[in-house]
Amino acid sequence: MDIETYTLIVSALLFTIGTAGVLLRRNAIIMLMCIELMLNSVNLTLVVFSRSLGIEAQVFVFFVMAVATAEAAVGLAIIIAIFRHYELVDVDRFNLLKW
Amino acid sequence: MIADFFFVLFAVMAIGGATAMVFARNPLASLLYLVMAFFALSGIFVLLDAHFIAAVNLIVYAGAIMVLFLFVIMLLNLGRTAKPDLRGPLYRMLGIAVAGAVFGLLLVMLRGGHATSMAGGMGQATMDAMLQSQGAVGVVAEPMFRSYLVPFEITSLLLLVAIVGAIVLSRQKAP
Repeated sequence: MDIETYTLIVSALLFTIGTAGVLLRRNAIIMLMCIELMLNSVNLTLVVFSRSLGIEAQVFVFFVMAVATAEAAVGLAIIIAIFRHYELVDVDRFNLLKW
Repeated sequence: MIADFFFVLFAVMAIGGATAMVFARNPLASLLYLVMAFFALSGIFVLLDAHFIAAVNLIVYAGAIMVLFLFVIMLLNLGRTAKPDLRGPLYRMLGIAVAGAVFGLLLVMLRGGHATSMAGGMGQATMDAMLQSQGAVGVVAEPMFRSYLVPFEITSLLLLVAIVGAIVLSRQKAP
């Protein structure tokens, strides 16, 4: 196997770890960090495929980064706003919209 | 082969850092493990000849976004070791099963689509020639400002909306 295949496996593993983190942790900040990890593993996949399918894939890496930045900024602002109300960042305790 | 050695090193660093991030009890430790994983990912980008992406990844991800997270952790005073906040045993088994299913799905896709998609590739020689003639930045800039100019401008609008939204959401209420 070549380096591309191994990199794709690494990328799949990182995405899986990110998924597991979002599902397993209750801390909202760490869930956001796991989402960043998933986005970056997708970036890795895009870079691998840019080698074979054309360099345009690397342009999409920039768009993914811009979306990740916006998501981090807005997500952290929401976490700060929630923390002001409840003094905690445990997602299981934010159940006002649940029913 | 030295490239193989570095690839294994960076892959182990990335996966180990990511795993440690999920299981660390201190949010600050989680964050630093994630920074380590992003450094290793930048190394893999360099090995894949995406030098500009590697630099931007270091500056934007490992630098700016991670410092933003660090600021919030410090601001909310969460930087001490908390009691474990992993979910309970049933939910944990369910979560690991779902994650494993995602991994299995990705591997199935890898086996199915990889051989065909790599076949019509441009190859290492073409890649090297492009990097040689246009430079690491020019290779990315040329399609970005020619074919994808409108999406690029819309991205700036997205960032503006995110800035305004973050300020509106996180500011103190007027007394």
